[in-house]
Amino acid sequence: MFSYCADPNTLDTVRWFSCYLTTGVHMSFYASFIKVLALLAVTAPVALGVGFLGAMAARSDLLPVSLLGKSYIAIVRGVPDVAFFLFFVIALDQMFEYVRHRAICPDWTQPVRQGSEFLVCAQAKLPLGNAAEWVHETYGFLLAVITFAIVFGAFAANVLFGGMRAVPRAQLETAEAYGMSRRQTFWRVLVPQMWVYALPGLSNLWMVLIKATPLLFLLGIEDIVYWARELGGTKTSRFSSYPHGDWRMWYFLGLLAFYLMMTRVSEIVLERLMQRLTHGQATTGGEKQRKRVAA
Amino acid sequence: MSCWETIQAYALRSVGFGERLLPRSDFTICEHFTLIGSGMIWNVYFGIVALISGFFLATLLAVGKASSRALYRKPAEWFIFIFRGSPLFIQFFFAYFLFLNLKRTNDFFDPFTAAWLGALIVLFLNTAAYSGEIFYGALRSIPKGDVEAADAYGLSGWSRFRRVVWPTMLRLAWPAYTNEAIFLFHATALVFFSSFPAWQQRGDALYYASHFADKTFNPFVPYPILAFYFILCSLAIIGVFGLINRRLNRHLPANTRQKIKLRMNLIR
Amino acid sequence: MKSILLSTVAVAITATFAMADGHSVVRMGTEGAYAPYNFINDAGEIDGFEREVGDELCLRAELTCEWVKNDWDSIIPNLVSGNYDTIIAGMSITAERDEVIDFTQDYYPPTASAYVAGSEDADLEGGVVAAQTATIQAGYIAESGATLVEFATPEETIAAVRNGEADAVFADRDFLVPMVEESGGDLLFVGEPVPLGGGVGMGLRESDAELRGKFDAAITSMKEDGTLNELLVKWFGDEVATY
Repeated sequence: MFSYCADPNTLDTVRWFSCYLTTGVHMSFYASFIKVLALLAVTAPVALGVGFLGAMAARSDLLPVSLLGKSYIAIVRGVPDVAFFLFFVIALDQMFEYVRHRAICPDWTQPVRQGSEFLVCAQAKLPLGNAAEWVHETYGFLLAVITFAIVFGAFAANVLFGGMRAVPRAQLETAEAYGMSRRQTFWRVLVPQMWVYALPGLSNLWMVLIKATPLLFLLGIEDIVYWARELGGTKTSRFSSYPHGDWRMWYFLGLLAFYLMMTRVSEIVLERLMQRLTHGQATTGGEKQRKRVAA
Repeated sequence: MSCWETIQAYALRSVGFGERLLPRSDFTICEHFTLIGSGMIWNVYFGIVALISGFFLATLLAVGKASSRALYRKPAEWFIFIFRGSPLFIQFFFAYFLFLNLKRTNDFFDPFTAAWLGALIVLFLNTAAYSGEIFYGALRSIPKGDVEAADAYGLSGWSRFRRVVWPTMLRLAWPAYTNEAIFLFHATALVFFSSFPAWQQRGDALYYASHFADKTFNPFVPYPILAFYFILCSLAIIGVFGLINRRLNRHLPANTRQKIKLRMNLIR
Repeated sequence: MKSILLSTVAVAITATFAMADGHSVVRMGTEGAYAPYNFINDAGEIDGFEREVGDELCLRAELTCEWVKNDWDSIIPNLVSGNYDTIIAGMSITAERDEVIDFTQDYYPPTASAYVAGSEDADLEGGVVAAQTATIQAGYIAESGATLVEFATPEETIAAVRNGEADAVFADRDFLVPMVEESGGDLLFVGEPVPLGGGVGMGLRESDAELRGKFDAAITSMKEDGTLNELLVKWFGDEVATY
């Protein structure tokens, strides 16, 4: 990075650290923070969407649909995320490739499973074997997002399902009395009101989501914990210009600070959001706000 | 080896009884189920002991956080913030590191670097923080009338807390607490995964599942079996907590119990 | 004119098919955490003995290669699932692995594993020995009389000896050499080295016989003209076994 970094052995402490902290690996480390934040930003709305669909399915009048929704919620919530991540990404990837394989190569006669191997025609591979590295990385990122969304979607579905049931019946009955159809009641009365009931649960879920990011490495994403372990581990002078002992402690302290900060910021933002959502709602919080304004 | 023999040989392998060597070739489904099930002993142990011990600390933390005196409130707030704000993964790392250093100063700390105690302490503190926050939320939303009624009956201090405040708090917090119990149970899978070393191949369910995945190179058998066990246990937790919930709300007529449950979402 | 156009199109199509059929890009899967075989250097790139061997092999086999990092635990499942085409990650050729994947001939002679301890009198038969989870070394210790203690990463196994959790660590000798050299006398080799595994080779899918043939031929040519020996000495020192 700096011109004096050519021979780090001769540098004083400050300069040594200025070189050490700007090496290529450290840049990857810093980039991984952005990667994690991006993943959180993308996953949260997708998981919420999946959760919404799950909740809608669970409260459907059609028995098979409602059973499907309920068993999705029960099964995925019952499994530790770490166990899920260990096999789900590969399964998801194989499923996509299998579907493409059936569509693109209908003449293929060999079985797709040969012993332990999973073989599809080259055109069905995802991404294609000769695709650029960034395509592979983006695909891996997408798989991670989908996996996270499916896991956390189940929790979100559970929370939203509870939120939908918590909207006072009187509100729905009033809507019906005004002549709204079922669909109108759902979208115009139930959905806008359920958020305030679901928000505490959803905030909790967001906190859990933040803290699940160290498991990203299982999904093939080099996340911050992976890099902290890699960088903090003992480095000998044969393989690095910056030999040092076991520094994992310091790197993990950095991560601790990052996670605590994320939590604090989220708490503040969610508190504000809650204030806004409670506005004009038929809850104790909404009542309090109204009284404050009146007084 | 028949399946019954396998069960005899490996059902208690995770706690050190039975066959010393793990199966090495021709892995059967029976071996998968037996060993992973054997590992579940540890998950259940961590889950139950941490949950029960954490429950008491959680009550203290909730009362502390709700206290008007900064001397009690501040430590409880910070404790809850730090344990809820950081990944369990990192907590395990620091705890192991700390216990190693303590061990050097005094022989008393010898067992702390082993998972059965060290990891248990982390899980205990972790679940105490999460449940403490849940209980605190419930404490704040206890209906004013309940407390006023207790005052009118001449209850105060400890007896008011034990007879009125605490049961109401539990009643309000129960659904969220059920969730926390499930989360804690899932968290036990991380003990041997990244933090504490496994001694003599005695590990939890995930340890054996990844052992099989590593030997057979096929993740699609052991991990779904692991998932199956965890789903069973989650259902058991939901069942037991549901029974307790019914007992907590036994003074209410059957048709209003549901309503209490719904209001909880509103106040937390 | 029309026929010329058509035939160009036909050629273009067959060409792309040929591209997709043969490996136009060979993806090389490695772990990146096992110096000197493979590790991440200061610039954040994959480096080490296998990086240089792999690049040379691709050059000789006239293949375009790309390097991919993957977690050790899932390195074989991801190969058979087709997420990359080779494993070049210090993987010893064992009978168990050979059942699931194919190996090229070894490009590193059969290795020895060794014990490293904090003092000369460490008890290797009845004491506590650390090893990385799910390695052949861990399997070996489990069957010996010693008490096995398993850690998730090699880093932690060394740390366990330093802080007294374990009496000794049992790992690949070449991984331990730089650790011992730089420890300033804190760590030393004890006991006799144990030959484990059948050399290190590249792992490929069993259905990829053609690619395996190309790499095998390239390894043979590197062995014959001595370039492989030069790389071995460069990365592992003068005492390394050569071909």
